[in-house]
Amino acid sequence: MSMLHLTYQVPGDDFTRAGEASSDVKHKLKKLGYDPDAIRRVAIAMYEGEINMVIHAGGGEAIVDIDPDRVEIRLEDQGPGIADVEQAMQAGWSTAPDNVRTLGFGAGMGLPNMKKYTDEMTVDSQVGVGTTVFMKVFPGKKE
Amino acid sequence: MKVKEIVEILKAEILCEGNLEEEVKTACGSDMMSDVLAFVKDQSVLLTGLMNPQVVRTAEMMDMHCIIFVRGKKTDNSVVDLARQKDITVLATPYRMFTACGLLFSNGLRGGCDIS
Repeated sequence: MSMLHLTYQVPGDDFTRAGEASSDVKHKLKKLGYDPDAIRRVAIAMYEGEINMVIHAGGGEAIVDIDPDRVEIRLEDQGPGIADVEQAMQAGWSTAPDNVRTLGFGAGMGLPNMKKYTDEMTVDSQVGVGTTVFMKVFPGKKE
Repeated sequence: MKVKEIVEILKAEILCEGNLEEEVKTACGSDMMSDVLAFVKDQSVLLTGLMNPQVVRTAEMMDMHCIIFVRGKKTDNSVVDLARQKDITVLATPYRMFTACGLLFSNGLRGGCDIS
């Protein structure tokens, strides 16, 4: 069992609410006195993931486990899945519709940003079934 | 420079007042929030023409304390309300993006991401 176990439902139909879960995690980590660099990396990676779930998958679930030596973030959705994960990981590759771009996202930077800011990341996806992204951030590592 | 100096330089209207005495050194100008999120280096000011609550969320995740809407855009309450909750200053300047960035740069604000 982790020190702090959190679960959030990320609503898929309301773009304006995307980021609430990440905001709450950031707030809780701050309260715990967590390493500021790790807090920012967790916040950005999870926020990009939340936006992805809203844009592509009709929402999903975020499960966060916080321990003194690590933060683990699991993002699960039952969306359309990613046909080619390797391609999706390339900066600039995007399947987001144009209306998402007018909202400031869909530049193909989501998954690359998530990888950049986390210490470990795996993407498990099946077309027609859904996607699970699992990320780990260790305080004191990277940058 | 202080946030209150930005208000003067950009002839800006204060839509949400946070800490105007705060010292800021670096800024970032973009309408793509993922680009803002891609280059995190202690930037404290965000200039943008985009106007939705995700601008405030992005600033929050990046620990930015001042958002400047360019081209004289007026925002709706949802943006200002969220900024108030997060203690983020929101300004609106009549200048367009290029000019607003140029004015701040020539007054000493920097980008914070030097290319290597």
